[in-house]
Amino acid sequence: MDKVLIIGGGIAGMEAAGQLLKLGYEPVIAEKEDHLGGHVAGWHKLFPDMMDASALIEQLASKLDGATVYLRTRVAYMNRLKDGYSVMLSNGTGLVCRAVLIASGFRLFDAAKKEEYGYGVYDHVITNSDLEAWFNGVEDFRVPENPRHIAFVHCVGSRDLKAGNPQCSKVCCMTAIKQAIEMKEKFPDAEIWCFYMDLRLFGKKYEDFYINAQRDHGIHFVRGRVSEVGEDIDGRVVLKAEDTLAGTQVKLKADLLVLMAGMLCNEDTATIASMVRAAVDSDGFMRSRDNIYRINESNRPGIFFAGACTGTKTVPETVAEARAAALDIHNYLSGND
Amino acid sequence: MIDFGFGLSRSSAVRLDEVDLSLYKRLEELEPQVRTCIGCGSCSATCTAGPWSGMSIRKVILNLQRGRDIEKMLSNCMLCGKCTMVCPRGINTRHLILSLCRIYEKK
Repeated sequence: MDKVLIIGGGIAGMEAAGQLLKLGYEPVIAEKEDHLGGHVAGWHKLFPDMMDASALIEQLASKLDGATVYLRTRVAYMNRLKDGYSVMLSNGTGLVCRAVLIASGFRLFDAAKKEEYGYGVYDHVITNSDLEAWFNGVEDFRVPENPRHIAFVHCVGSRDLKAGNPQCSKVCCMTAIKQAIEMKEKFPDAEIWCFYMDLRLFGKKYEDFYINAQRDHGIHFVRGRVSEVGEDIDGRVVLKAEDTLAGTQVKLKADLLVLMAGMLCNEDTATIASMVRAAVDSDGFMRSRDNIYRINESNRPGIFFAGACTGTKTVPETVAEARAAALDIHNYLSGND
Repeated sequence: MIDFGFGLSRSSAVRLDEVDLSLYKRLEELEPQVRTCIGCGSCSATCTAGPWSGMSIRKVILNLQRGRDIEKMLSNCMLCGKCTMVCPRGINTRHLILSLCRIYEKK
């Protein structure tokens, strides 16, 4: 029975492992954290169906019976053999496999790097990921009890040359609207403000969320990028932006500021890529054979990709890609190519 | 022509196919970065002179693209350079304003 190494135990790695098991292979997941599920494991609800993130993780985990899962484990090295790869994991396990699936995902932009937004400096500035953790019951002193004004700033560390990431992270627009609605439901008396450059609501039902946010929840949308944030004497955050549609400068004193931190390539990805000499793309993510028909394939034989290691992805895109990658691996290993 | 006793007021719409882009084209030559502006408004949000004088580098660029005169707005800039610090596209807006002043000088 063929072993397949899966690097990363997020939703891509889990789904691919489940499918490979069904196809009769022995998947081995190496996950660097102490839990499976990656970023989604820390999320609360997923758009557009508002499904519980934990329900998705449970569903994926229930299909992993028979898979080998190593937690807190990284790839120490990988060498190309004549027909496959010799792998040593950081826990001392060695294995030989003909196919490797890289599902190493993404990392969240460190919002503290945008100093002008005051993350880690002011008392009431959090990120999208902090807010999801708070939805999940994690205590957070930065979220006030009765906020009157809540601000969301889009594109933090995305479409930002100076932050080193010119790409659009694509899921944050929708996440901001989802979180804005959730906050409005928790705090019906609060006014909620979204500061955006462009609203990119490309997916199924995303536009419905936008209309709901406007019509049913009265959420305000201001077209302008926040240029700087300060703190007033009462500890409220003061945002400064231009309302580019009205052509005037605007200021907002908010009780809570949520920064929509973007998605960047994982730091480990370049290390893993260099071990097998897989190509890294100009955006820092892994380079697929092409970005239309062969997203799951690398330029090296037996090395496959799934999920956000090749670029920003939504949850359904990631799961679909993982399934496709499992089939690609099956075809490769059974010589059906 | 028959005089009906009333006239038609000129349309204020900008005719994009007839706009005089010579100034903007000259700016593009000197400052190729200007093409990457996405009009996010960071520069005008942070502008010190803006709220008092109507100066807005975002509007300056947009008006040039629409063939409008911007000289008066330009004279309100104090060249403090804050706009350059906040531009997400890394456009050197302060240098861009200096180039515009040069263009107007030669006009």
